[in-house]
Amino acid sequence: MTDIVGKRFWFFLASGIVILFCIISLANFGLKRGIELSSGSMLTVNFEQTVTEADLKQELTSLGYTGAIIQRTGEGNFLIRTGELTGEAKTALEDALGAKFGPITESEFHSVSPMVGSETFRNAIWAILAAGGGILLYITWAFRKMPNPFRYGTCAIIALTHDTLVAVGIFSFLGGTLGWEINLMFITGILAVVGYSVNNTVVVFDRIRENLSRGISTNFEVVVNTSLVETLSRSLNTSLTTLFVVLALLLFVGASIQNFAVVLLIGIVAGTFSSLCIAPNLLIIWERGEWGRLFKRPQLVAKTKSQ
Amino acid sequence: MTGKNRLPLIIISIIFALALLVVLPINEGILGKRGIRLGLDLQGGTHLVYQADFSSVEPGTEAEALNGAIAVIENRVDVFGVTEPVIQRLGEDRIVVQLPGISEAEEAKERIGRTALLEFGERIEEGEEARWVNELGEWKPATALVNGEEKALTSVFFKENTYVTRDDFGRLFLIFEWDEEGSKLSEEITGRLINKPLGIFEGDSALLGDEGIPITPIVRGVITDKGQIEGLSFGEATELSRLLNAGRIPVPLTPIYEQTVSPILGSDFIRMSVTAGLIGLILVLLFMMIYYRLPGVLASGALIFYVSVVLAIFKLIPVTLSLAGIGGFVLSIGMAVDANILIFERMKEELRLGRTLGAAIEAGFNRAWPAIRDSNITTFIVCGILYWLGSSIIASTPVMGFALTLFLGVAISMFTAVVVTRTFLRVLAGTRLGQKTSLFRVYSGKRND
Repeated sequence: MTDIVGKRFWFFLASGIVILFCIISLANFGLKRGIELSSGSMLTVNFEQTVTEADLKQELTSLGYTGAIIQRTGEGNFLIRTGELTGEAKTALEDALGAKFGPITESEFHSVSPMVGSETFRNAIWAILAAGGGILLYITWAFRKMPNPFRYGTCAIIALTHDTLVAVGIFSFLGGTLGWEINLMFITGILAVVGYSVNNTVVVFDRIRENLSRGISTNFEVVVNTSLVETLSRSLNTSLTTLFVVLALLLFVGASIQNFAVVLLIGIVAGTFSSLCIAPNLLIIWERGEWGRLFKRPQLVAKTKSQ
Repeated sequence: MTGKNRLPLIIISIIFALALLVVLPINEGILGKRGIRLGLDLQGGTHLVYQADFSSVEPGTEAEALNGAIAVIENRVDVFGVTEPVIQRLGEDRIVVQLPGISEAEEAKERIGRTALLEFGERIEEGEEARWVNELGEWKPATALVNGEEKALTSVFFKENTYVTRDDFGRLFLIFEWDEEGSKLSEEITGRLINKPLGIFEGDSALLGDEGIPITPIVRGVITDKGQIEGLSFGEATELSRLLNAGRIPVPLTPIYEQTVSPILGSDFIRMSVTAGLIGLILVLLFMMIYYRLPGVLASGALIFYVSVVLAIFKLIPVTLSLAGIGGFVLSIGMAVDANILIFERMKEELRLGRTLGAAIEAGFNRAWPAIRDSNITTFIVCGILYWLGSSIIASTPVMGFALTLFLGVAISMFTAVVVTRTFLRVLAGTRLGQKTSLFRVYSGKRND
C-alpha cells in the first residue's frame, strides 16, 4: 500500500518552503488593493483614433491627474485609474480627452468612496475569519463522537489557512511583479477556496472516522494512511474535474474574471495537497505528540519513518 | 425494470421535462433577454449606492426619511422607463439603486440625486450676506414670518399637482399651487416685493431658462394661491414638474459607490462565459465516461439533468446572473460530479470485495452519504458568509450571485447524485449490462490490494 503518512516530513518541508516564499513576498510587496477595497475611480475608454499610452499619460498629467495609472487593455482601449472622481470631474475629463484625441466612448466606470472601500475591506476580513470560525465549530461538532473532536477542526483550519496563505502570497507576488490588484472577486475566490479545501479535508477525515469506528487497526498511523489511500482517487478526480471548469473559465472568459479564476486555480492545487498531505498528517503528529520533532532534525525522523 | 424503480424514474423524467420546458426555447438564447435575468455587468447598466445624511432630520425619524427618499427615487426612476429597476434600503442609512440597461449614468445620477427643491430669493440690501450670486445680482432667501416663525419660501410648500401649459401666444408655463402655509408666506413676500425681481434657485445655482439666462420674474401682484414660472424649455419644464410632483427627497443623498457598464461589453461576456461553461461541461462529461465507463455515462446523464434543473431554477426564482454567478455555476458543474465520484469509488470498493452490483450500489450510497453531507455543509457555511459579505456594503450582485449559484448548485447536485444517479444505477443493475463488471472498471485505476 502506498505510504503517504510516512513521508509527512517531506510534505511539511515542501509546504514550509512555499509558505516561506509567500511570507517573504507578502512582507516585501504586501497586497495591492484595487479600488473596491480602498477607493478611487476606474474609467475604461475607447478611442477611435490611435492614441499611445505615453500621449494619454502626458495629457492626464497636464489635466492635473498626475497620479493616474494607465493600462492599455486592447486596440484603442485604456483603463484609467484615478482618485475618486465626481460626476462633473468625470464628464470634464472625458470632454478634455475627447477634444485632444478625437471621439471617445466610455465602456465602464467604477467609482468607490474611501468609506465604502475601507468598510468592504474590513467586512472581507471578517468574512474570512467567520468562515474559519464557522468551519472549526462545524467540524468539531461533526466529529463529536470521536476522541478529540477539536483536533479534527483545528487540523482542517490549519490546512485551509495554508491554502489561503499560498493564494494570498502568490497574489502578492503577482502584485509586486505584474501589478495585479486584489478586488472583491479575489475575496470571493479566497472564500470559495476555503470551502473547497475544507470539503476535501472533510472527505478524508470522514473516512478516518469510519475506519476508526470499524477498528481496522489499532495503529492510528495505519488507519490514517489506509483512509488516505482509499480516498486518493476520489480526491484527485474531483480536483481534476474542478480544474477543468476553472481552466475553461480562465481561458475563455479571461481578464474580467482572471482574479477569481487564478485564486481558484491556486486554491484547488494547494487545497488538494493540504487535504491529502497536511491535514491528516497533522492529526498523526498531534496523536503521537511529535510537535517537537517537527522542527528538530526532521530529515532523520523522515528516514526512520519511511523505511 | 422492477416496479420499485419505476416510480422514481417517472418522477425524474417529469422533473427533467419540466426543467426543459422552463429553460427552452433556446431561440431567445439560454441567457437571452427573456431568459435568465442578467446582472448589470452582463446586460449593461448602472449600480449606485447613496449615503443619506441624517444631520438635518429629527432624531427617531431616520428610517421614515430613508423610506421617503426611496419612494421618491422610485417615482423618479419610473420616468426612465427602466425595466426591473432595484431600489432598496441598504443597512441603516444607505440606498442602493440598480438600473439595468441605463449606461448614461450621468443623466441617471443627475435625475435621481436632483434635490428638485426650488428656493425663492430676493436681492440683498446693502451689507447683507449673499446666498447666491449671478449676473442679475446678489440674492438672499426670501423669508417671511408665519405663525411667529421665520420661514424661507421654497417648493416645499408646492402642492404635488404642478403642470406645464402654453398660453395663446405659445409661451410655456409651469403652473404650481401653494399649500396653506405657502400661500401665507407667498402673500407676505410677494406683497413686499411688488415690481421687484424674484430669483428662483435650485441648490447653489439659479434656475435657467430656455436661453441659459436665470429666471427672475418681476412680481406684478400679490400671489396667494397659484403661481407660474415662465421661460423654461419644454423638456426642463416637464422634467421639473414631474420631479416636483414625485416629491422631495427628505434627506441629502451623496453617491458613495458607482459602477456603470455599457451593454456592448456585457454581450461579449455572455458569449465567452457560455463557451467556457460548455467546454467545461464537455470536459467533465468526457472524463467521467472515460474513467468510470458505464457508471460515468449514467453520471453524465445525471449531470445533464443537473444543468437543466439548475438553469430552470435560476429562471424561476429568478436568480440574477452576473459574470461571477456564471463562474459559480460553472464551478458547481465541476463540483457536482464530486458526489458521484464519492459514490462510484465506494461502489468499486464494494464490488472488489465481491458483492453483487445491487448490494454494492446500496452500500456505496450509504457509506458515501456522511462524507457528501458533511463536506457540502462546509460549502453551505461559506456560501452563507459570502452572501452576507456581498449584501453588507454595496449590495454587490457579483458576490451575492456567486454565493447563491454555488449554494443552489451544490444543493441540487446532492439531490441529483443521491436520487438520480442511484435510480439510474438501480435500473441498470436489473439489466444484462449490469452483469458485465468490465463496464464498471473495478480493477483499473489505483489498486490497493
